[in-house]
Amino acid sequence: MTGRWHQADERVGVDVVLNGSSVTLHASPRWTLADAVRAHGLTGTHLGCEHGVCGACTVLLDGEPARSCLVLALQAEDRRVDTVEGLSDGDELHPVQAAFREQRALQCGFCTPGFVVLAAWLVDSEPDADDERVRDVLSSNLCRCTGYGSILAATLAARAGHA
Amino acid sequence: MKLPPFAYARARSVDEALELLGEAGGDAKLVAGGQSLVPVLAYRLFRPARLVDVDSVSGLDGIVERNGEHEVGALVRHARLERAELGGAHRLLALAARHIGHAPIRTRGTLGGSLGHADPAAELPVAALALDARVVARSARGEREIAMDDFLLGPFSTALEPDEMIVALRVPAAPARSFAGFREFALRSGDFALASVGVVVAFDEDGAVSRARVVVGGVEPVPRSLDALPLGARLDPDTIAEVAHVAAASCAPADDRTVDAATRRDLVAALVRGALTDVGAQAA
Repeated sequence: MTGRWHQADERVGVDVVLNGSSVTLHASPRWTLADAVRAHGLTGTHLGCEHGVCGACTVLLDGEPARSCLVLALQAEDRRVDTVEGLSDGDELHPVQAAFREQRALQCGFCTPGFVVLAAWLVDSEPDADDERVRDVLSSNLCRCTGYGSILAATLAARAGHA
Repeated sequence: MKLPPFAYARARSVDEALELLGEAGGDAKLVAGGQSLVPVLAYRLFRPARLVDVDSVSGLDGIVERNGEHEVGALVRHARLERAELGGAHRLLALAARHIGHAPIRTRGTLGGSLGHADPAAELPVAALALDARVVARSARGEREIAMDDFLLGPFSTALEPDEMIVALRVPAAPARSFAGFREFALRSGDFALASVGVVVAFDEDGAVSRARVVVGGVEPVPRSLDALPLGARLDPDTIAEVAHVAAASCAPADDRTVDAATRRDLVAALVRGALTDVGAQAA
């Protein structure tokens, strides 16, 4: 799909590795990656603000956290995309998911997928992150129920369990 | 909001990107990390007919040193820049990059994007100006360097021609004993800065200031280098206080919805004091 123009309303096949499986997403140029994974049936990725402020749509792109509302779907071609659906291993929750449940780190749950993906990335990639680093990374996302205390506590608990 | 319609093409190389820009005939924007452009599209503030995607163009993500000069590729992500091992004054780029947005924004946002977008509150233009860096722009007509002094024309406005693409930033070698400081103030972590300050100071063998750049961002329509630190001065607390005062007085901030001009001046004074104190601590 490189080197040529795709018209605005053209539907393009976008080959990605989504939660470990090779799949083809179907999207138009104006679709964001969040639009495309949701249209693919993975509606765990939530769209809150749709302009990069709230972080509810956070996914991992090639293993690094990104706001999927700020990534064009076609930009994901040939990349790895991991969404909240890919965190658990069957019925086995990711330590961050288990900690969120244990610590009741959600109220309405709308922001939860973004927080869980972000916190899981941090705990997996930086198990020795200090409290200030955890707080700084989590400050990226918004929770309008203002449940930050329990979100922070759950992430710290998951980190402790990881260490 | 959902994005407005646009045609899209993905480039694998700089040459291909320039070709696609040429085909678009001036009605296209480059997109890489998209951390500024995509929100602008979502707000419908801007509706380009076409986007040329340079996010996966190869060869633009290096940080190369030659005789003390650093060439930083346009596709170097902020997350990489903040961890880059840049010594002396060039460390300013890493210090500034740390302040950009949040971690998931810094994984995607690029140096070239930040410079080309030219947000008055952006960090990297401040650092690039303080380091006397040159933007390397390429077009079908060839390559040219644009000094940062000439590059920033106004808010979201640069000297870049529609058929040009930023490929790198060249940061000239800094004198041996030179140090950098960067401070900014935002209402919440990750928000746009209400004011930011980048300083580069070089000292001679006697410890006197031999070169100085004090650049303020987010205060005026474009980042500006203030003539605030006299050559030959010692960077003692009295001098720092005086420089902070002069810097604040020489700024012309506008009142806006967030803070009035007087508050912004106070912020500039505090940030200049902080950044120069950081430099003093490194030089000691």
